[in-house]
Amino acid sequence: MTATLDTVAVRSPRAPRLRPGGAGAAAARGLRRIPALLTIAFLILITAYPLFWMFINSLKSNSDFLNNPSYALPESWRWDNYVTGWETANLSTTIVNSVIVTFPSLVLLVVLGTAAGYALEVLVFRGRATILLLFLAGIMIPGQMIVLPLFTAAFTIGATGSLLPLILIYTASGLPLTVFMMATYFRAIPREIFEAATIDGASMVRAFFAIGMPMMRNAILTVAIVQFFQIWNDLLFALIFAGQRRLNTIQVGLLNFSGEYGSTNYGPLFAAICITVGGILLLYLFLNQRIMKGLAAGAVKG
Amino acid sequence: MKSVLGDRKAIILLLTPALLVYTVIMLAPVVWSLGLTFFSGSPLMGFEFSGLANFERLIADSAVWDAFWFTVRYAVLVTLLQVVLGYGLALLYNFVLRKSSVLVRTLVFFPVVLPTVAVSLLYQKIFQSAPSDGFVNELLVNVGLDSVDWLGAGTTAFVVIVIMDVWRSIGFYGILIFSGLLDIPDEIIESARLDGARGVSLFRHIVLPMSLPILFASFIFSINGTIKVFDSVFALTGGGPGSSTTPLTLYMYRTAFQYSDYGYGSTIALLLTVMCLVITLFIFRSSRRDITV
Repeated sequence: MTATLDTVAVRSPRAPRLRPGGAGAAAARGLRRIPALLTIAFLILITAYPLFWMFINSLKSNSDFLNNPSYALPESWRWDNYVTGWETANLSTTIVNSVIVTFPSLVLLVVLGTAAGYALEVLVFRGRATILLLFLAGIMIPGQMIVLPLFTAAFTIGATGSLLPLILIYTASGLPLTVFMMATYFRAIPREIFEAATIDGASMVRAFFAIGMPMMRNAILTVAIVQFFQIWNDLLFALIFAGQRRLNTIQVGLLNFSGEYGSTNYGPLFAAICITVGGILLLYLFLNQRIMKGLAAGAVKG
Repeated sequence: MKSVLGDRKAIILLLTPALLVYTVIMLAPVVWSLGLTFFSGSPLMGFEFSGLANFERLIADSAVWDAFWFTVRYAVLVTLLQVVLGYGLALLYNFVLRKSSVLVRTLVFFPVVLPTVAVSLLYQKIFQSAPSDGFVNELLVNVGLDSVDWLGAGTTAFVVIVIMDVWRSIGFYGILIFSGLLDIPDEIIESARLDGARGVSLFRHIVLPMSLPILFASFIFSINGTIKVFDSVFALTGGGPGSSTTPLTLYMYRTAFQYSDYGYGSTIALLLTVMCLVITLFIFRSSRRDITV
C-alpha cells in the first residue's frame, strides 16, 4: 500500500487534497511528505533542544549566562561547574538516599505484589474478588489523603529521623497497581500448570516460587520499571519524610539546592540538573523499548 | 482439583503480607484521615474536637474554591491536550512513519522519564525574565516582541505549567495510543481502502471509531493523573505568584505542613479524594466495555 493516509495527522482540514495516481503522483507524494517531515523536525527540536540548552548552560560562568544570549555556546567551558554542582547540591548524599529508598521498596513491592496477585488470581477462595477490588481502590487514593496520619504515626513512634517510613510508604502505595497488573498477567497462564506441579508433590506456595515467579520474569521487570519511576521521581512523600538535609532524596535535594543557591549561581545548578537528568537518560537509552511498553501497560491496566 | 487451588496455607502465606502492609499503610490512614476532618490541630500542638467546623470552613473558604477551579481548569485543559496531541502523534507513528518511527518514538518519549523537579527547574530558567532573559524571552525579543515576565503573573504562569506538563507527557500518550492503534487489524484498513475510503474519510469512518476504546482509556488515565498534579506545580511556581497557580493538592500541603492545621488539611484531602472517586467510578463503568486491556 502506498502512503494514502500520509498527512492525516498533520494536515489542516482545509488544506487542498492531492489526488494520488497520474503523472505527478510521485511529485505529489513527495510534496505530501513535507508537512510530515516538518512535524518530525519540530518534534525532535522541542524534545532535544531544551536538554541541549540545559547542557550548554551548565558549562557557562555566571556572567556569561547573565550577559550573553543563553543559546550561545559558552565563552569558556567551565567543566568545574560539575564539581561545584555535585558538592553544593549534596548529590552524593541525595543519590545514595534515593537508592536506599527506591531499591528495597521495589524488591518488597515485587515480592509482595506478585504473591498477592498469584493468590488473588490463581488460588480459589471466598472473598477474593472483594479483596482485589479493595486493592484496586487504592489506585485512586491521592497521597494527600494518607500522608497526615502516616506522618503523625511516624512522629509519635519517633521514626521521622530515618528513611524507613518512606520505604514502607512506597511499598504500600505501589501495591494497588502491582497487584492488579500481576493478577492480570497470571490470568494468561493456564491453571493446569500449577495443578500439575502439585501432582508432582509441590505445595501451592512452592509452585508459586518454582513456577509462578520465574514465568512472571518479564511481567516483574515491567512492573518494576513502572514503579521505579514512580518512586524515584516522587516529591510529596519525600518532602515530608525526607525533609531533613541528611535524609533528602535527590528530588528534594535538587529543589532545596535551587532555592538556596541556584537562583544566584546558574552554572552549578544547571550542572546538578544535568547530572540528575543524565543518569535517568542513560538508563532510558539501555532500556527504552521496555520502559515505553512498561509504562504504557501500567497505564492501561491501571 | 478445586482443593489444590483452595490451599488455605498458601492463600494465607502469599496474600497476608501484602494485605497487611496495604491495610496498615493505605487503608487505615484513609479512615484515620476521615476522622481527622472532625478535629483541628496537629501532632505538635495536640488535637481538639471541632465537629463540622472544618466542613463549614471548607465551604466558606474562597482559597479552596480558587484551588478547586485551578485543578479543574488544569485537569481539563491538560487532559484534552495530552489526548488530542497524543492521538496526533500516534497517527503520525502508525500511518506516516510506520516502521521507521522507532527513533522518533524513542526521542519524543525522553521527557516522560525525566525527574519532574529537574524539568521544572529547567523550565524556570527557559522562561526566566530576570535577572536576564531565558531562551523563550530571547526568542520573543529577537522577533521584535517584548520580553514577558512569565512566572510573575498567574495567567502566564498557568500557560507555562501547561506547556511544561504537556511537553513532559506527550510522548507517553503517543505511545499509549499508538499501542492501541496497532490492535486495529490491517485487513479492515485494507478493505476500507479497496472500497475507496482514503485520507480523511478513512480516518473518520474506520480509524477513529476503532480507536475509541484506547482514547477513552487514555482520557480517564490522564484526568486521574492531572487532578492529582503536585510535583510539577510545586517545583515550577510553588503555587505562585500569590496563590494563583495553587491546585488543591498544594493547598492541602500548605495547610497541613506550613500552618500545621491537620484537621483542615484532611478535609481538603477529602475533597480531592471525592473528585478522584467520581472519576474512578467512570473507570469502572467504562472498563466493562473496554476491549484494550
